[in-house]
Amino acid sequence: MLNIVVCVKQVPDTNEVRLDPKTGTLIREGVPSIMNPDDKAGLEAALRIKDELGAVVRVVSMGPAQADAVLREALAMGADEAYLISDRAFGGADTWATSSTIAAAVSKLPYDIVFTGRQAIDGDTAQVGPQMAEHLGIPNVSYAEEIRVVGDSLIVKRQFENSYQVVRVKMPCLVTALTELNRPRYMTPGGIFEAYREKQVTVWTRPDVPVDDSNIGLKGSPTRVKESFPKALKGKGEVVTMDAEAEADYLLAKLVERHVI
Amino acid sequence: MDFKLSSEHLMARTLFSEFAENEVKPYASEVDETEEFPRGTVEKLQRYGFMGIPIPREFGGQGCDSLTYVMCVEEISKRCATTGVIVSAHTSLCCDPIYKYGTPAQKEEYLKPLASGEKLGAFALTEPNAGTDAAGVATKAVLEGEQYVLNGSKIFITNGKEADIYIIFAMTDPTKGTKGISAFIVEKGTPGFTFGTKEKKMGIRGSSTYELIFRDCRIPRENMLGQEGKGFSIAMGTLDGGRIGIAAQALGIAEGALEATVAYVKQRKQFGRTIAQFQNTQFTLADLAAKVEAAKLLVYKAAYAKDTQKRFSVEAAMAKLFAAETAMEVTTKCVQLHGGYGYTREYAVERMMRDAKITEIYEGTSEVQRMVISGSLLA
Repeated sequence: MLNIVVCVKQVPDTNEVRLDPKTGTLIREGVPSIMNPDDKAGLEAALRIKDELGAVVRVVSMGPAQADAVLREALAMGADEAYLISDRAFGGADTWATSSTIAAAVSKLPYDIVFTGRQAIDGDTAQVGPQMAEHLGIPNVSYAEEIRVVGDSLIVKRQFENSYQVVRVKMPCLVTALTELNRPRYMTPGGIFEAYREKQVTVWTRPDVPVDDSNIGLKGSPTRVKESFPKALKGKGEVVTMDAEAEADYLLAKLVERHVI
Repeated sequence: MDFKLSSEHLMARTLFSEFAENEVKPYASEVDETEEFPRGTVEKLQRYGFMGIPIPREFGGQGCDSLTYVMCVEEISKRCATTGVIVSAHTSLCCDPIYKYGTPAQKEEYLKPLASGEKLGAFALTEPNAGTDAAGVATKAVLEGEQYVLNGSKIFITNGKEADIYIIFAMTDPTKGTKGISAFIVEKGTPGFTFGTKEKKMGIRGSSTYELIFRDCRIPRENMLGQEGKGFSIAMGTLDGGRIGIAAQALGIAEGALEATVAYVKQRKQFGRTIAQFQNTQFTLADLAAKVEAAKLLVYKAAYAKDTQKRFSVEAAMAKLFAAETAMEVTTKCVQLHGGYGYTREYAVERMMRDAKITEIYEGTSEVQRMVISGSLLA
């Protein structure tokens, strides 16, 4: 039976985040929190392996007490166990301190595969997953858009801008997932009830995590944020497949509709 | 008294809302236009456990409660009332009576596949001459050896041609009036069981409303649901639960219309300003919002009563009466606020107003609900 650890982060739903027109900062008030989309794809990949081959799926998150909700969501989707790393001592962490902390927590769990998302939509660094692999001393395959388990290895298709790579990696390993990897399943109503009424979220505080003080929280963070700025928001794209002439007509109609021409 | 939803109810609502937004809303207008049963959506509802929400897990259900189920019907009906009634008729009118009145063998054979989403259910009481006056049931069931032989027809049956398992009410002893009615579980494909005409309806146009015809249809004796002669009380007990489902559907329709209208009035401009800036609009919306909230409280309270009380007929009747009439008023006024555009099929409120009307009629008309409520007041 495979052991899979999935790291998930609770993030503000950036589709719902608006900018304060005066200050240019994000208005986070009233914005719902969601499971980071890339992480959710990692969880779905783990659950598919569980469905197909059998596996124990453990989800791990670091964050404040409210992050309990994303772990319950993961349980409601079908994860078996959930762990929340939560302590003020871990607060203010940059990617180094975060990856040190989570890797130390994960090292307490059995794992053949560790999934993380490629990046979180509230920070977009894409560093925590690969750094964790370094801390754990296991190979890392990033940007996975397809995964297969073959014997003691994974075959992973990695996405790049204009190409892709297919690599074979021996387990244990860490994979960073892209939303393109799959379409995550919905929770089930019964799964939600079970997640809240029968399953537990184990909370790990500072003493539970075997990591050096010099590598955690704000003090253990070698980097500082100099400036943060919102990503230029791009409208939701639309893919249209029809013959060339119909496509041209469609495009023309859209341009007219938007008063571009 | 605590009006706060629990964490699991809040998460369930998020799930239903997300599912309905992604999987139901995109097809709502197409389902209405084509009058086709949304088979693809129903398969997804089945796959994700939405077709057996209040049924215990040991019988294939999700093991949640009536409030969770009601929120599901509400969120779906907010986007598509056809899909809402499919869930409601299946769950309240077919799963529920088998759960409540079925034998262990019937639960194993019929409830499990229904609640786990393998099969779809329907409920057939109404006949051409037996609507509100259910005592006029003319379909007969005659015991011959180890089989009942059914003859007669049923009309206006939701999930009509699409269901796999049907609860059928038939006279086993015509001399006894309502006490001569018995309930039966009948499977699609049973020889002698066919379908008649499909109704062309004003609203909920995709719900596959059919006539069921029984001609010497033989069913095993053990398919009688509950005791002989108890059919009428099974039907009435089942409809008490069904009414909460329809009340939730009505609530969802009203919420959907209100939401669409709030968005519309903010962008529609007349006389140099948005129509949201007119006091007429503001006051109308305020009244509608207050009624929707009141309907919601009645519906949720009825769901709670179903789980905690032996009898909940009055709660169910009040919820259905008020939610249905609210849905009709809200959708009518929302069409009015949309002006001419609201009368066109380009805008969802047109469909919602047509969909709302049925909630005042089926599973007990508003007049029947008033009879139930006043009956308990004056008893």
